[in-house]
Amino acid sequence: MKKWIDRLARRVFTVSGFVTSAVILLIIGFLFSEAAGLFRQPIVEEGYVLALNKSNTVDRLSAEEIKLLFDEDITNWRDVGGADMPVRVFRLEDLDRLYTEEELGAEYEHAGDKIAEQVRADRGIIAFVPTVLVEGRTDIHLVPDHTIPVKDVLLGTEWYPTATPSPIFGMVPLLAGTLWVSFFAILIALPFGLAVSIYMAEVAPPGVSRVLKPVIELLGGIPSVVYGFFGLAVIVPLLQQTFRLPVGESGLAGSIVLALMALPTIITVSEDAMRNCPRTMREASLALGATRWQTIYKVVVPYSISGITSGVVLGIGRAIGETMAVLMVTGNAAVIPTSILDPLRTIPATIAAELGEAPAGGAHYQALFLLGVILFFITLIINSCVELVSARNKTKR
Amino acid sequence: MNKIEAKNVDFYYGSFHALKGINIAIPTGEVVAFIGPSGCGKSTFLRLFNRMNDLIPGARLEGQILIDGNDIYDRSVDVDVLRRGVGMVFQRPNPFPKSIFENVAYGLRVNGVKDKAFISQRVEEALTSAALWTEVKDKLKESAYALSGGQQQRLCIARAMAVQPSVLLMDEPASALDPISTAKIEELICELSSQTTIVIVTHSMQQAARVSNKTAFFYLGEMVEYGETKKIFTNPEKEATQNYITGRFG
Repeated sequence: MKKWIDRLARRVFTVSGFVTSAVILLIIGFLFSEAAGLFRQPIVEEGYVLALNKSNTVDRLSAEEIKLLFDEDITNWRDVGGADMPVRVFRLEDLDRLYTEEELGAEYEHAGDKIAEQVRADRGIIAFVPTVLVEGRTDIHLVPDHTIPVKDVLLGTEWYPTATPSPIFGMVPLLAGTLWVSFFAILIALPFGLAVSIYMAEVAPPGVSRVLKPVIELLGGIPSVVYGFFGLAVIVPLLQQTFRLPVGESGLAGSIVLALMALPTIITVSEDAMRNCPRTMREASLALGATRWQTIYKVVVPYSISGITSGVVLGIGRAIGETMAVLMVTGNAAVIPTSILDPLRTIPATIAAELGEAPAGGAHYQALFLLGVILFFITLIINSCVELVSARNKTKR
Repeated sequence: MNKIEAKNVDFYYGSFHALKGINIAIPTGEVVAFIGPSGCGKSTFLRLFNRMNDLIPGARLEGQILIDGNDIYDRSVDVDVLRRGVGMVFQRPNPFPKSIFENVAYGLRVNGVKDKAFISQRVEEALTSAALWTEVKDKLKESAYALSGGQQQRLCIARAMAVQPSVLLMDEPASALDPISTAKIEELICELSSQTTIVIVTHSMQQAARVSNKTAFFYLGEMVEYGETKKIFTNPEKEATQNYITGRFG
């Protein structure tokens, strides 16, 4: 009987271990496969094609060039490697303006001919039309589409996921926003966190730290949306007034909120680390005539530096992955920030805000998954750093 | 000339009466051993000489402790300055997480010494006097944790000696070490006694007999007997001392 229970228990543990690992691997696999799909997507919106005049030799357009052409920011073909002639943008809606319903046919059966007519007539035209209408025509020049290049995504500096005819998925602004906000959050949280943890571990009378510690741990349990709410109601207006900003939603607001959220982690982990510093170590320092403060910064802090680093890195980890609070206070402008007072947008906030409106399986949807993968790698690197630091310090002792 | 003098010392941890009416006079340049069973107050007494017990909340001292004739618990005494003159070596080796050199230089640095040549000269002297110089002179920049336990303890002695204390307190300095390292530490104590007054707490009666000139026997917070080591171990006056050194209890 005893043996039987033992065997059963072992089996239950094995199975649950395997199932959990499998689920995690499955999630990662799903994330990666969805993200990889982005690089198989055509540049131009699916089902559409760009048609040019036969005489136009332009054969390859990047998403950015297409956007500029259709925004009429590029008005001459010279700028994209063609002949010197003005650009005329033609969209499907223009067809309804130029022709009557009868001319196009009830089922749009003549639309292809009419589009071709327009394209033939203007050497500088660029037409954005459904593929089915013009498929197989030889009297116009259909720009051969290509897949979204990896470089344009990872190094692209513009994020216009819903632009037509071709969305732009440059992730640099989002990555920069994330790192920018996190960097400033740590810059704010580190001195405060270190000061509070030193106070609690070394200076505060036992009664005070007995009260303070649960309070700080409680801070770690507050839902992030509440922090976001606080940021929106208090920090954002405060920043707006202090710095006379047009809008208070800014990277700094996000950094402050994130710093508040990272503080409990930094404080509790580094305080524990400092408390672990052996009493005899402190006594040895004091016995040599060192003051309390000298003992703290020359012995206690160096001794617990690995714990402090872990706390800080865990804090950063939380800051980088944080979504809700940042979404609420940073202003969500997907541009590369030049100052911390600019509105910016982080990776998690982008995913949260846009996934709902991105059609499943589309390029936008896959781009968001790719952002998820990037985030995954950032946190992976951070966690490995923690492991590395604590492993290195274990061998040191 | 007495280096340390304790007059009617009573010491309390909260309501626990840890030391009861102790009087002792430790002459300059002697090695004095405190022996007695665990928990009898000898470490507590030792830690009064550099005010280490100040750190313990609820601790209270009555009576007087004089070093060089000055009451070290007087309000005007700066505890950092006092501790500079009274070095301490602990039960377990406790080097700082720093290089060997920086460990020894620590006491000088925290006391405001900036002169690099002076510091390195003193580090060498201290390591030499702790019989460690030849073993570590090529790896001064390495972490102190790379040393063996016995070497670490000698490093701690060097660290204490670097500030040239006139008193060296040793709280069971060899209890965590193997016999060979212990022998080295004992040898060292004999050599250092020419430079400083040494007070050593030990559990090992053989050790006390080997290294000390005078021995004090503590029992249940009282100092039962104090005298020449030879006399304590061969012809003690009190029966409790006799029982303890013959191994009948403790």
